Order: sequence, then structure tokens, then C-alpha cells
Amino acid sequence: MNTIALFISRAVVQGIPLVYGSTGEIITEKAGHLNLGIPGVMYVGAVSGVIGSFFYEKNNPGALNPFLAIIIPLICSLFGSLVMSLIYAFLTVTLRANQNVTGLALTTFGVGFGNFFGGSLATIYGSGGSLALRRTSIIFKTALPFASKLGNFGTIFFSYSFLAYLAIIIAILAQVFLTKTRAGLNLRAVGESPATADAAGINVTKYKYLAIIIGGMIAGLGGLYFTMDYTSGVWSNGGFGDRGWLAIALVIFAIWNPDIGILGSILFGGLYVIYIFIPGLSRSSQELIMMLPYVVTLIVLVITSMRKKRENQPPASLGLSYFREER
Amino acid sequence: MADKSLSGEKKFHVVKRTGIPVWRAWLIRIIAVFLALIVAGIFVMVVTKLNPIDVYKTMFDGAFGTGRKLWSLAQNTAILLCISLAVTPAFKMKFWNIGAEGQVMAGCIATATVMILLGGKMPTWALMIVMIVSSVLAGVVWGIIPAFFKAYWNTNETLFTLMMNYIAIQLASYLSTVWENPAGSAHIGIINSASKAGWLPTLFGKKYLLNIIIVAVITVALYLYFKFSKHGYEIAVVGESQNTARYVGMNVKKIIIRTMALSGALCGIAGLLIVAGTDHTLSSSSVGGQGFTAVMVSWLAKFNPFTMILTSGLIAALGKGASEIAQEFNLNDSIADIITGIIIFFIIGCEFFINYKIVRSNRVNSKIVKIQPENETAQSNITEGEKA
Amino acid sequence: MEKEVPVLELRHVTKTFGKVVANRDVSMSVRKGEILSVLGENGSGKTTLMNMIAGIYYPDEGQIFINGREVSITSPKVAFDNGIGMIHQHFKLVDVFNATENIILGLKGKGRYNLKAAEKKVSEITAKYGFDLDPKKKIYNMSVSEKQTVEIVKVLYRGAEIFILDEPTAVLTPQETEKLFAVLRKMRDDGKTIIIITHKLREVMEISDRVTILRKGEYIDTVNTKDATEKLLTDMMVGQSTDLNIDRPEPKNVCDRLIVKDLNVTSSDGVKKVDGVSFVAKSGEILGIAGIANSGQRELLEAIAGLQKIDSGEIIYVDPKTNEEIDLRDKNVEQIRNLGVRLSFVPEDRLGMGLVGDMNIPYNMMLRSYNKGKSEFLHTSEPKKLAKDVVEQLNVVTPGLDTPVRELSGGNVQKVLVGREIASSPTVMMAAYPARGLDINSSYLIYDLLNKQKKSGAAVIFVGEDLDVLIALCDRILVLCGGKISGVVDGRKADKNEIGLLMTNLPEKEKIESDSGKDVSGNGR
Repeated sequence: MNTIALFISRAVVQGIPLVYGSTGEIITEKAGHLNLGIPGVMYVGAVSGVIGSFFYEKNNPGALNPFLAIIIPLICSLFGSLVMSLIYAFLTVTLRANQNVTGLALTTFGVGFGNFFGGSLATIYGSGGSLALRRTSIIFKTALPFASKLGNFGTIFFSYSFLAYLAIIIAILAQVFLTKTRAGLNLRAVGESPATADAAGINVTKYKYLAIIIGGMIAGLGGLYFTMDYTSGVWSNGGFGDRGWLAIALVIFAIWNPDIGILGSILFGGLYVIYIFIPGLSRSSQELIMMLPYVVTLIVLVITSMRKKRENQPPASLGLSYFREER
Repeated sequence: MADKSLSGEKKFHVVKRTGIPVWRAWLIRIIAVFLALIVAGIFVMVVTKLNPIDVYKTMFDGAFGTGRKLWSLAQNTAILLCISLAVTPAFKMKFWNIGAEGQVMAGCIATATVMILLGGKMPTWALMIVMIVSSVLAGVVWGIIPAFFKAYWNTNETLFTLMMNYIAIQLASYLSTVWENPAGSAHIGIINSASKAGWLPTLFGKKYLLNIIIVAVITVALYLYFKFSKHGYEIAVVGESQNTARYVGMNVKKIIIRTMALSGALCGIAGLLIVAGTDHTLSSSSVGGQGFTAVMVSWLAKFNPFTMILTSGLIAALGKGASEIAQEFNLNDSIADIITGIIIFFIIGCEFFINYKIVRSNRVNSKIVKIQPENETAQSNITEGEKA
Repeated sequence: MEKEVPVLELRHVTKTFGKVVANRDVSMSVRKGEILSVLGENGSGKTTLMNMIAGIYYPDEGQIFINGREVSITSPKVAFDNGIGMIHQHFKLVDVFNATENIILGLKGKGRYNLKAAEKKVSEITAKYGFDLDPKKKIYNMSVSEKQTVEIVKVLYRGAEIFILDEPTAVLTPQETEKLFAVLRKMRDDGKTIIIITHKLREVMEISDRVTILRKGEYIDTVNTKDATEKLLTDMMVGQSTDLNIDRPEPKNVCDRLIVKDLNVTSSDGVKKVDGVSFVAKSGEILGIAGIANSGQRELLEAIAGLQKIDSGEIIYVDPKTNEEIDLRDKNVEQIRNLGVRLSFVPEDRLGMGLVGDMNIPYNMMLRSYNKGKSEFLHTSEPKKLAKDVVEQLNVVTPGLDTPVRELSGGNVQKVLVGREIASSPTVMMAAYPARGLDINSSYLIYDLLNKQKKSGAAVIFVGEDLDVLIALCDRILVLCGGKISGVVDGRKADKNEIGLLMTNLPEKEKIESDSGKDVSGNGR
């Protein structure tokens, strides 16, 4: 029982960056934009937080103000992903650039940006050596005080930091927004048929911009969680791995539903750590297990396209630029 | 309400251009690259406090400075060009294949597998044939699966090929642990380092020369294929209008699958060149994101194989140059990705000014009359009214 | 009555597209609480005129008044704000949403978003006017008629007072049409004003209070329906016959070339497009096909060309050399070509189907022939020569052979297409609206080319919309109405008004049959 509780808690920790990433990508895709730049956005979200906290720690050798230690990296992270998504939105919405090419360029740029600053921040501005923001991370990682008193129940539900709970809350809010609000209805219409939305008096450009930017900012928080919480403030280049792409896969797995995305994230997260918990599992089989999320996603994609159930298809105008012809 | 929508009338609007002289299109692109270099220069200056001219000079030296560097640049260009060529047939057909990473990896895996399992067990020529056939086949299989589902069930090819990438990469990770050498390293190490079985031969004492020759041949062949073959013509017609293709009796499904098979086969060859011609090992980063970069390279070249020599050379030179500044100024070489990203953003953005023009709107003329807002009959009900 | 301020009034409205005048100096008015039909042939400018009221186009000249106040309708939203709602032929609905979601889409509601309340309001509207609509049904599960209902309710929900319906019955069965008319009458009784664009005379007589007639972009007259007869309306709609002076050589060596028997075609959305059509196209003659837009012309030609799946019927080609009968049924384009049938087809959609817009003229020339020969490579010299010939002989105005055809003007695009299609010396030549959008000279050139094909022994099938042209050019004219043949007339003796009547009405006995329920009248796109 203890092992299972521990496994679940590890799976959740692994899954939280994916919850952020997939929720952000779902909102973006609902506006008809396949943002392949999300992995880059998450890198920038991570490193922007790191930069903020690096300078805060550097200028405060003593004790950190817990509020500032959290709010500075948080705002930096949000700002970083905002700028990234703004670039994507400007190019794909206003300049009608190819979404795939723009997204891939954004990822190239974002990953480069992340690794450049993550890897050389200490060299450029500090004393050298690798980057470790343990003092900030400890504040980020503060769990609920009563978690340890509640045994396994506490481990499963209360052992996480606030960013983990925020992820779940954001995903649920996104689900509610998409299915239960007027703006959510309008957003879905924009992604399905921008011409229809336009005719109904919806400002298509505004919705697209907002969805891309808000989606990007949510995804960026996943990067922040990963560095501040999961890796305890230690930056290692490339350490974020392919989690950004996994988040895009999750969007399909969740059939564009943020609430299913939460479960999917934890499930996929579990696959990262399951080899620790299953005795006798070799490292090689671990690599095969890590293939599972993609295989499963592929199966979901194939089955939904074969069954042709309309609700489960990608938004109908995904990947297409909208150009209202001059009448 | 009415006033608001009136004031929303734009003074300018965007119209599609019909035809722009080639020289002007290229002028716009060159200006974009130039602007991008300025922006990147400012970025480098702000971040590193280095003189951007020095930085660019170092980069230039890093890429073109010595004969050896130039040769190494040519080799890098060749591999990237090969992958970029490989994705192009599908793109010309408007099949958004972003699965080159996986298709090349499949070729890498097949090559490495043959080298490891059969190396030294058969004559060199036979081994080479098996390697070529298996790498091409692996690439074809990886490319044809999404094409099949696209042709018959209209499964989204972008998402499909994306997933296929990571399946291949994980397969490579898996094999890295199965064939790890030395034990516990999770790395395969140099394959057949003593016997060099399955290594592509060195021509005229020049390392990588064979790679470059093969890619050069593929470039010319693909150019001819697009320009003069019936297949190339079919690809162009399907990409432009599937309706027209059907009207003249083309089998669209067959063309989609055949073209993706070609894309996959070329990716497989790229995998062969990487493993047997360059690295002589296999790891999950054998392709190293070049499959994604290739999408951008191909697109930047407007799918023209010869222009692609330029664009892939540009990207490869940026990479080389950036690792030089990374060494010189003790930074890390991710700066290459940043500069590449900035340049691509600018080129992507400038395409808008090639395809569209902005003209003054003449729709709302001077005769416009303000709408009377008090139009009771019409206005009273324009709310959803569900709050009741 | 005369003194009453009209709810909608147009004064001297003119709209041009490039050189084409769509509406010239149109003045008309609509009374509150009436059903007004706007009647006219294809291309008479009905839809353009209504689009100006709905904010889709902006008039070049003239004024629009609503309740006596001048308004400037710059966008559909402004039209909505002025209480005007238009139901277009192409529905603008989100497929994966249900009826209610589509209806409230884009509305700025006050208070909480409440789908239940909206559903209730939709139900109230449908109950009030007698619509048959499930507010929770998804659009993709709906028939065309249900989708139309959603569009109408959408406009009602937004509180519109003036409704413009663009050919609403074109996509409906007779039963659905009856239902729609019942609803429209209830809406009128509720004080709403309804404008209905149509060219079906019988429906005009049945539903409207008054009729406004347009011809060639100009206003002709407005009459009270009760004072009008179908004959009178047809005369006003088609106008006087004009002599076009198009050459019509005597047919020579006439023999059966293409035999179509009892052909039936259903579109992918389940609407019957071609209904029991039988005819024979003969060599050395031009067979005209007349009919209002979307009466099954496109589907008929595509079925013959091997592009459209057919439900039942026969398509038989008679080989000119051997007199052998070849079955073309269920054969695709490639198979038909491989049978040695030289069939040419100039489709309606020139750049979307007949040509590749981004390719130059020689590459477009080889579209049909590229696959000839064993070689894997293209023969570029022949298409280049053909391109040169077409450009010279048909006076194609182009900067050069390498210009993408998209950049040519409409007439020149058509010359390239027709030039290619006649190059293979076809035995059957089908052309759909080949002169649409062309200036006079280009049009005559096209007629000339068709006549040349006729003289060289091809069976020419010409789908046209201008009755004067059809009468002047064709040897026989087959009239389609709602996918059925409503009559075949001799081009030399044909009377324009007779054809006009056949286009809008099935003969009496057919009509009874179609009213009995198994039939569908009209088609959508």
C-alpha cells in the first residue's frame, strides 16, 4: 500500500508539467492553431523563472522573502511564455504563416534560449559553475503541513506543492470554460469554422490571440514547475527532455478535454517512474515503456479518425490560416 | 452598437498578390535575413556585452575559417540537405510530414542493426547492399504508415508523424541499452571499431566525401524528378488541387502513399549516411532534431532542391559558427538555436509581404452616413435574453 | 396604404464588380408585414442586391432606408443591428455544435451563460411559428431542411424584423417547402417582413404578396401577385428575344453517340440530383441543356465524365468507327480514357477543377495527356507546342507561356481550358457554362469553337444559362427542372418563354407525381 501511494505521488509529480502543457495546448488548438512551439514555450517558461529567481537569490544572500521568492519567478515565467506565444500568434494569425514551420522554429528558438541561459547564466553573471536555486526551490516545494500526518491518503492527495494544485485547478477551469461558458463556445466555433464565427459577429483575431497567449502562459508554468519543483531548482541542459512533445500527444489522448488530460498526464507521468516500482524491470524495458504513451496516443488518433465520431475529431480548421476574402 | 461597428471599419486591408517578380521576392527575403542578423546581434550584445561584429566575425570564421572547418561544414550541410530533400516530396503534395526525425531514425536503427548483427559475417559488398536495402525499407515503412491512414481515413498526418518520431527515438534508446558497450553505459559506442565492417568507404582519402557525393546526386535527381517526371507532375497537381487531380483521372490515394514512400526512403538513406557514413554509432540523439530543422529548411527554400543547398548551408553554418563563439567566449552553443530561430521568424514573417499586399481601403467612401442608433424595433431583442 | 413609410427602401442603388455591372440604378421598396418575392433569371442581380441589404456588399452608389431613415450597412453585424437577417444558400453553421449552440453563437448575453434557458427560448420560437426543430440536435445529424430551420431561428432569435431568404426552396423537398411556407406565413402574420429570392414561378404565386422583377441587373417592375399570371411574370423576367446572330450550321452525319438511360444520381448529403434522366447526344449536333442553377446539370455531366458515382441507369458510348456500344457506367476517368473514348469536359469550376492555377500554360496543357507513353518522364515539347498554338489561335492574352494561368483574366483562362479540351479532337465534348463571365468577343469565340467541334463530327453538350444563346446555338435543347427532364425543344423553333416556363415547372403530370411525396425538387450545392 505504501508503495502504491508513493508510486501515485511520484506519477503525479511527473505528470504536473504535462497537465500544464496539455491544457495550454488544448486551449490553443481549440482556436484552430496547432502550436508545435509548445515545447519551446515550456523551456522559456522554465528558464524565465530561473532567471528571475537567480537574480533575486543573487541580490539577497540572506533569507528570502517567501512571497517575493515565489512571485518573482512566477511573473518572469509568465512574461517569458507570453512573449513566446505572442511571436507565434503574430506570425500565424496576423501574418498567416504556416503553423507547422512557425511552431518548429519557436521550439528551436525556445529550447536554445532555455539551454543557453540555463547553461550559461551562472557563467555570465555569477561565479561560474552550474545553476542551482535550492533556496527558492525549497519555498516552491512547500507541501501542505498536514500531509505527512495523514498517511497514504496524505501522500496521494496532499504531498504536493502549490503549483501542482494550481495545475489541476487550471485544467478544471479550462474544461469548464470550454464547455460551460459563452466565450468557450465562441472559442470552439473559431477553431471549428472561423468563417461561421466571423459571420456570427465573433472577433476571430482577438479570440485566436487570446487563446494562443493564455494557452502558452499556462504551458510555460509547466516548465517553471519542472525546474523549481521537480528538479529542485537545478538546471540541466536538455533535462526537460521530450515532455513538451508528450504534452502535445496528450492533447490527442485526451481528445481535446482538459479534464481527461489530467488523468492522462498522471498516467503518462507514471510511465516515467514505473521501472522504479516494478522489481526486476531492466533499464531496457524502461525505454520500451516510455514508448507506450506515443503508441497509445497513436492508437487513439487512428481509432478516432476511423470511427469518425464528429465530437472526437481535431478542431476542423486546425492548422489552417483564416483569411476573410475581401468582398 | 452600430457606431462601434462602424468605427471598426479598417482604413487598410490586405489582399492577395497576384505574381511578384522573383527578384523582388528574393530582395524581401534578403532584407529579412539582414534584419534578423541585426536583431540577433543586438540580442547577443545585450546578453553577453560582446561586440556583435566580433561575434559575427568569430561565427564566420567558425564556419568558413579554415579548410578543415569548411569541409566539416560541407558534411553537416550534406546530412541536413539530405533530410530536407526527403521531406520535400510530401510537402509539395501539401502532406504535412513532420516525421522526418522518426523516418531518419528508422534508417539509423536499421543500419546499426545490420552492422551489429551481420558485420563481419558476410562480404563487405553484400553487407552494404543489406544495409542500404534495410535502411531504405525502414524509412519507407515509417513514412508509409501515416500516409496509408491519411489516404483511407483522413487521419491527421501532422499529429501522426509527430508520434512516429518518438516511437523511433524510444526504440533507439531501447536498443542503446540492449547493445550497450561497455556494459552499464547505455551507449552503443563505435560499432565495429576494429573491423570497420559496414562503414561507408573513404574516397580519395577524404572522410565524408561519399556522403557529400550521394547527397549531391540525390539533389540533382530530385530536382529532375520534380521537374520532368510524371510522378513529379502528379505530386504538383495533387498538392495544388485534389479536385483537378481526380478530374484528369489521377489516383490520389496511390499518389499520396507512393510519395510518402519516397520521402521515407530518402530519410532512410539519410539514416544510413548518419550511422554508416558519419557517426558509426546509434543513440537516441543520432538525428538530433535535424528532422525538424529540415522542415524549416525545405520550406525556406520554397521546396526547390537547389535553393535548399543554400538554406541548409545557412542553417548548418549558423550551427558551426555558434559552437565557435561558444568556445571562444565560453558560452554554450545553444546560441546557434537562438539565432536560427530569430532568422527563421523573420523569413517566415516576410513571406506575408511576398504573398499579400496592404492597400488603402476604398470600401467606405465619403458618402457614409451615420447610422441612427435609436432603431427600437431592431435593437430591442438583440440579447440572448436567457437570464430571464 | 400608399402613404405608409416602407420598412425598407432602396434608391438608385448601383453595384459593379470590375467592369461587370451587377445592379444598375435599382429602386424598390418593401412594406412592413409582407412577403415580397424577388424574381429574376440567373445573373439578374437578385442575390447581389440582397447582399447589399445584408451588409455583405457595399453599394457603389445609392441609398438604403429603413423605416424612412437612411442607413449605411457596412457589415452583416450592422445589418443585424438594424433588424435585417439574411439566410444564405450556404449555411454558416458549426457542424459539431447543436442547434441551440449555433443559434446563440457570438451573442453578447447578459448574465450567466445558460444553455438550458436558451434552449427554452429556442423551443418557444419554434413552437410559436411551427418549426420542426430539436434544439439539442447536432448539425451534422441534420437534413438540409433542418439546417435551414436553424438559420431562420438564429435570425429570429436575434430579433430581426426583416428576413431575406436566398433561394430557400432550392434545397427542399416539396413537403419541406410546404412546411417552410406555412412558417413564413405565420411570421408574416406576426408582423415580420420577408423577402424571398427565387426563380420558381409557382412558388412566387403561392407564397408572395408582391413580386419585384429584376432583369440583367436592372429593376423591371413590382406587381401584386394576385394581379399577376405566370405568363406575365415570365415575359417580364426573360424579356424580349434578342437576335444574337450566332452561327448555327446544319447538322451533318447525325448518328447516336452518347446514350443516357434513366440516370439517377444522389449527392453525398442524400439529395437526389439527377432523377431518371434519359437522352441521346448525337454526333454533328449541339445539344443544349437549360435549367435554373443547380438543377442537376453539374452532376449529370460529372456522371458522364466518370467523376460522380451513379445510383442506377446506363451511359452508353457508341464508337464512331466500329459502331460498337461501350458501357461507361461505373468507369472512372482513367478507365474511360483507356477504352479509347475521346471525351472532353470543360467544367464549371475552371481553376478549381479544369486547370491548375499555379502552373503555367504548357503544364496545364499536359494535364490530360501527361500519362501517355511508357516513359516515366514528361514530354514537354508537345504541350509547349500546343500551348503556343492555343495562345496564337485563340488570341490568349498573356505575358508569356510561363505565366501561371491564375494570373490570366477569366476569358483567357477559359480559352486555355477550352483550347486544351478540343485539342484531343473529342468525339464527345461537354461544356458547362463556357461563356460565363466572358466578354462578348470571347463568348463568340467559344461558340465558334463549339460549332467547329460540331462540324467535325463531335457530339457537343452545352450547358448554358442565357436562353438567347441556347436558342441561337443549339440544335436541340433539353430542359432540366429539379434533376428531371421537363422538356426537349427544337432550337430552331424554340420560344424563350416556353423554355422559361419549362425551367421552373415540371409538366402537369410530372408535377402531380412529384407532389405525391417520393420526389425531391431542386438541388443545393
